[in-house]
Amino acid sequence: MLSVTPNTAGVVTLPKGLVGAGFAPVADESRAINGTVGDITAVDPRMTARNVNVYYGDKLAINDVSLDIGKNEVIAMIGPSGCGKSTFLRCLNRMNDTIDICRVEGEIKLDEQNIYDSSLDVVPLRAQVGMVFQKPNPFPKSIYDNVAYGPRIHGLTSSKSELDDIVEESLLKAGLWDEVKDRLAETGTGLSGGQQQRLCIARTIAVAPEVILMDEPCSALDPIATARVEELIDELREQFTIAIVTHSMQQAARVSQRTAYFHLGQLVEVGKTDDIFTNPRHGLTEDYITGRFG
Amino acid sequence: MTNTLLILILLGLMALAYHLGVRRSQKLVGGPGGVRGLHSLPSYYGFFTALWCGLPALIMLLLWVSLQGSVIRDLIVSDLPEAVRNLPEARLGLVINDIQNLAQGNIVSGEVSPEMAQAAEHYKSLLRTSYAASFVVILSLAIAGLSLGWRLISPQFRARNRVESVLKWLLIGCSTIAIFTTLGIVLSVLFESIRFFGQIPITEFLFGLEWSPQMAIREDQVGSSGAFGVIPLFVGTLLIALIAMLVAVPIGLMSAIYLSEYAGSHFRAYAKPLLEILAGIPTVVYGFFAALTVAPFIRDNGELLGLDVSSESALAAGLVMGIMIIPFISSLSDDVINAVPQTMRDASLGIGATHSETVKKVILPAALPGIVGGILLAVSRAIGETMIVVMAAGLSANLTVNPLQSVTTVTVQIVTLLVGDQEFDSPKTLAAFALGLLLFLVTLILNVVALRVVRKYREAYE
Ligand SMILES: Nc1ncnc2c1ncn2[C@@H]1O[C@H](COP(=O)(O)OP(=O)(O)OP(=O)(O)O)[C@@H](O)[C@H]1O
Ligand SMILES: [Mg+2]
Repeated sequence: MLSVTPNTAGVVTLPKGLVGAGFAPVADESRAINGTVGDITAVDPRMTARNVNVYYGDKLAINDVSLDIGKNEVIAMIGPSGCGKSTFLRCLNRMNDTIDICRVEGEIKLDEQNIYDSSLDVVPLRAQVGMVFQKPNPFPKSIYDNVAYGPRIHGLTSSKSELDDIVEESLLKAGLWDEVKDRLAETGTGLSGGQQQRLCIARTIAVAPEVILMDEPCSALDPIATARVEELIDELREQFTIAIVTHSMQQAARVSQRTAYFHLGQLVEVGKTDDIFTNPRHGLTEDYITGRFG
Repeated sequence: MTNTLLILILLGLMALAYHLGVRRSQKLVGGPGGVRGLHSLPSYYGFFTALWCGLPALIMLLLWVSLQGSVIRDLIVSDLPEAVRNLPEARLGLVINDIQNLAQGNIVSGEVSPEMAQAAEHYKSLLRTSYAASFVVILSLAIAGLSLGWRLISPQFRARNRVESVLKWLLIGCSTIAIFTTLGIVLSVLFESIRFFGQIPITEFLFGLEWSPQMAIREDQVGSSGAFGVIPLFVGTLLIALIAMLVAVPIGLMSAIYLSEYAGSHFRAYAKPLLEILAGIPTVVYGFFAALTVAPFIRDNGELLGLDVSSESALAAGLVMGIMIIPFISSLSDDVINAVPQTMRDASLGIGATHSETVKKVILPAALPGIVGGILLAVSRAIGETMIVVMAAGLSANLTVNPLQSVTTVTVQIVTLLVGDQEFDSPKTLAAFALGLLLFLVTLILNVVALRVVRKYREAYE
């Protein structure tokens, strides 16, 4: 639990001050948050968030966060529970609109278009920026209808055979096709947890989004199903832009190219995954990834 | 009245017993500090003692009260003169009634003979003795129980287990009472119906197209022979229920969708209780609203359109009944819709479905079984509803599906059959039981199906 071994880097670093420190978060200068440490920009940004504040009622849940989500890369968001990872992720496709008391300030752009612009329609936005949730949530419909739900709603197909193709292709991409191709008419809720989550991923990619947001997609899965989903994320990266929230630092290290560390609603540090895990620059990041916090 | 006093004394004794039990258990382990040395908490020892004190005494009291009447009666009868004793059972009952009335100072049906006065005196003294004896017996039983319970207390004694098992039996007793009462009602309706079917063949009852239960009560009366075909009543019932459902289902369902999906929390906080007030209006109020306001309104407007509307119409009753059922449907559907997990909505919205698409394609299909269950429950309510139809639907058993005509329902006919003086073995009276049985069976089936459906729906998310 203590040592984090990012296998991408292959180096184990036990940061200084760990031995005998009693694992209490150390309060000193290096733990103060003065803006974000590291480079918030991506080489080829697809989404850019600038100075985002999110309030639940009067409570500030996200405090002045700026971050790019780059094309064809996976960005992992980590941080202790309640630090605002989900909240930030849900800002990116305006899922926060469904919460009455939630208010978002700042600017979030998808390909130069401000998604909080009053002229923008959230419906096509959410088709472009899809979301996979923490708990697998297939509809109580057949496997086929689950995947076909999005394409039908958006009128993406004109014939049954086109729809069949989309369903097959999405299930193939989600790595579920072989397991379900003979039982497409069975209900999606009858699948195992890992299969359900892959079904949800298939459902999301069936509308051909450009960005996929994943909020702890593996938290309900066993290690084998997790490995499958991680493999899948790696494959999907070639076509999609992916932002993933995770509590598993191993997972963040395995699947992501960039990592962002959140703390109490603020973005503390962001950078290349290898760098963050081998050489964190902020004291809080270091505490977290070495297991001294959270 | 003396029994009330007795019960009060018993309650007082039980309180005392509780106190004594608590005290003794604490004392046994050396004051309240030593509670850990006891098997159960001191209050359980208190309850245990109180139960020992109260339960046997109360059971005795019950027995006493239920047996006292017949024992005294037998004693009185055995003292009556030979001639009276040999009277037929029914006449003897009358005599005893007279004696009791005389003893209580009420008006007596005939002349008061000296024997009767004597018997009444005897009756009074017996009653007095019985009360006095019950006092003594029951109170001594209570005190004996108290001391026994008190004595049984020891630190290892498992008072909690005992008290809990008594409680368990109490709960079992209560549920058995409920079950047996229902069973008793059903059986009595069943037996009376069987008597009815002994006089009118069941096929005639079920498939007959004419309903006119008026028949000669006495031999010398002129009257129609009576026809007991239930079809017109059922058609009327279903017609009114259908109209009610046509009103209640769309309005109830849509207001439920609005309240649970679209309304802000502020609006919902006021609208929901307001809607539920509708459910609190007594049906008799709906009834005269239907009879005095809606029915004339429909008739007047119908006449303007040149339609022939009778002053009591199925439409009026059905409309008002529909309004009555709206809160029923809306609150049931609201519950069901709210039970659809938020993750379903998130999933649908997250793909880019609009709110209304989400409602149509995900929430309603997911909630449908529950909604159907709710509607079935509402139908069974509509079928069993009485007051509105008595006041607004009319009495004439027309076999028609024209909502502007007057029709009658099963419940209305049961009411009219039993209102007024009746002979309890004429088919006219017994028909009420047969109708009741039929109604019971129909609503039972509806409820069973509805509950099945609802339960199945629950399983889908658990
Ligand atoms: N619907 C809501 N209403 C009010 N406050 C909320 C709501 N959702 C989240 N919050 C608050 O916002 C803060 C951030 O929550 P968020 O769910 O984004 O945390 P998180 O980083 O995703 O945590 P976790 O790792 O446990 O999922 C928390 O303090 C939480 O209490
Ligand atoms: Mg979260």
